[in-house]
Amino acid sequence: MDLFIKFLVAAVGAGTPLLFGTVGEIISEKVGHLNLGVEGMMSIGACAGFMVGYFTDSFLLALVAAFVAAALSALIYAFLTVTLMANQNVTGLTLTIFGIGLSNFIGVYMLERSPNGTLKLPERITASMRSIHIPVLSDLPVIGELLFSYTPFVYLGVAVALLMGFYLFRTKTGLNVQAIGENPAAADAAGIEVSRWKYINIVLGGGICGIGGAYCSMIINGGVWISDNVGGLGWISVALVIFAAWKPQMAILGSFVFGALRILKYYMPKSIVDLPVAFYDMLPFLITALVLILSSVHASRGVNIPANLGNNYFREER
Amino acid sequence: MSTQTGYMSREPLLRVVKRAEKPTRQIMLLRAEALVFALVAGGVFILLIGYNPFEIYGTILSGAFRSKMAIQATVKVMIPLLISSLGVTLAFKMKFWNIGAEGQIIAGAICASYFALYHSSWNHVLLVTVMFLAGIVGGGLWGLIPALFRVKWGTNETLFTLMLNYIALHVVNFLRDGPWKDPGSQGFPKIARFDKNAALDKLLGVQIGWVVALALAALVLFYLRSTKHGYEISVVGESSDTARYAGMDVKKIVLRTMFLSGAVCGIAGMVQATGSDITLTNAVAGGVGFTAIIVAWLSRLNPVTIVIVSFLFSVLEKGSSVVQSSFGLSTDCADVLQAVILFFVLGCEFFIRYGFVVRKKGGAA
Repeated sequence: MDLFIKFLVAAVGAGTPLLFGTVGEIISEKVGHLNLGVEGMMSIGACAGFMVGYFTDSFLLALVAAFVAAALSALIYAFLTVTLMANQNVTGLTLTIFGIGLSNFIGVYMLERSPNGTLKLPERITASMRSIHIPVLSDLPVIGELLFSYTPFVYLGVAVALLMGFYLFRTKTGLNVQAIGENPAAADAAGIEVSRWKYINIVLGGGICGIGGAYCSMIINGGVWISDNVGGLGWISVALVIFAAWKPQMAILGSFVFGALRILKYYMPKSIVDLPVAFYDMLPFLITALVLILSSVHASRGVNIPANLGNNYFREER
Repeated sequence: MSTQTGYMSREPLLRVVKRAEKPTRQIMLLRAEALVFALVAGGVFILLIGYNPFEIYGTILSGAFRSKMAIQATVKVMIPLLISSLGVTLAFKMKFWNIGAEGQIIAGAICASYFALYHSSWNHVLLVTVMFLAGIVGGGLWGLIPALFRVKWGTNETLFTLMLNYIALHVVNFLRDGPWKDPGSQGFPKIARFDKNAALDKLLGVQIGWVVALALAALVLFYLRSTKHGYEISVVGESSDTARYAGMDVKKIVLRTMFLSGAVCGIAGMVQATGSDITLTNAVAGGVGFTAIIVAWLSRLNPVTIVIVSFLFSVLEKGSSVVQSSFGLSTDCADVLQAVILFFVLGCEFFIRYGFVVRKKGGAA
């Protein structure tokens, strides 16, 4: 039982970067832009967040930096695909290669110039990232551990997901935004400023992905910089969007389930199931593939995929 | 909100209009400009981190060509890149988003490695032939999986091929940690070095893979330009509805082409494992499958251009390793520069087909 609670708590932690990535991508896909650059934007956020945290010792500044840097990288994508109508798949992929490359490049550059050959976040910032202890609540048995024992990232992630869910489904702006993803020409005719909202959503989505990246570089490896620290989580996020049926609230559940898959190997007692480590590492990708297949088999039952996902909008060609 | 009322009546400051496609010479010029802009952007970045861009670019060039050995190393880098770029081109021509070259390279390498590890005593020519075929079958089948789901249920191939990359990667890790672990490695998980008999031969000091790569370029060029299959691929790529009206079996074409696309990538994996690495590691693809997509797109899916672009990218790749050793800058700068080049070229494509019109004074149309 105790182990099971520990497992659940760890699953939430492991799912948190996925949550940011997934919510960010949903925001972008809702305006019809399939951004395959999530992995790259997260890498850029990871690098910016870590480096700013390393030098300023401020957790808040690190978060802001991660958001802004990743949002700027999303701006490249937005400019190319919205204004210049470049192919979304290729642009997104290039953004991924760019982001990972730039992040690793800067990481190595800083490592080469650090006094002892490693980069480790200073103690104060690690302390402020540690699990928040809320008096009374955090001390409750079971519930305290399950609900009130996390790093600020977790609460921020859930809050962002709920907020974005509210934005998309409960505000007029959000409904307008969804109309763009469904039928940009109709949205345009109805007076919605298509390009403007596309930019806003893509850039905002990118920034949210960046915070997920900061989790990867600042928390996962105990505050020590390593190359490739996002390690495919961005790609899982892209796939999780389908699992979450383009709903930010559903992304919360989805990312924690996938978080559980990621850490299963540490918690599965060998006496019950003894599988090779590689199998567990493969599991999130395998399940994602299965989700993809299942969602396409049941596609006729009206999954919420934006009707114009992946198509650029050229005003004079409707 | 005061602009709300004026919005519909006033034209935006910049308006996009479609133009007739520019003549080829002008298109080439635009692309060249994009390349120059990309190099300038890269140069500004180098300047910002405190280095001399001319010195760095110069080192990249001289690093790739400074000696016979350097040139051979450059060609060695080019082999898997060229082959897998040709592989993804087959799928892209059909507008099938095969992002799974990485996985198909690995799958081909795994299948070839089986024979290299367990049948190394076979006659050399026979063994190499079997390994080559194994690479084709491995990569081809790995590419066929997403195609099957695509034609049956319309499963999104972009994400599916991508997931298969990671699955293939962990299969290698599994083999490395378990069944194929080198018993002589003192507990360190790695796969044994292949027997000399299983290694590819060399020609002019570089593994024979470069001949395979160039032959494949010619073959793919011929296949796409001059065969019925190639014609079918381009029709499906233009519009699968048109293809269907013309009586083509679209499903069959998609399956066949994806098998071939994966198979070509599988050859890249076989050649890399048995010709360059002489063992199987989880870095056998090492991002080449993704770079191949950039190369194919930059070359506008033209096999001849692919040969040139993949060579230039290899120069960048090899040269940046020299930059790493002499300036302490990571080889990742090659990836960054490649991506920046593609950003600019993607951007410039717009000006081939479209143009901006500035709003006339007074806002009247």
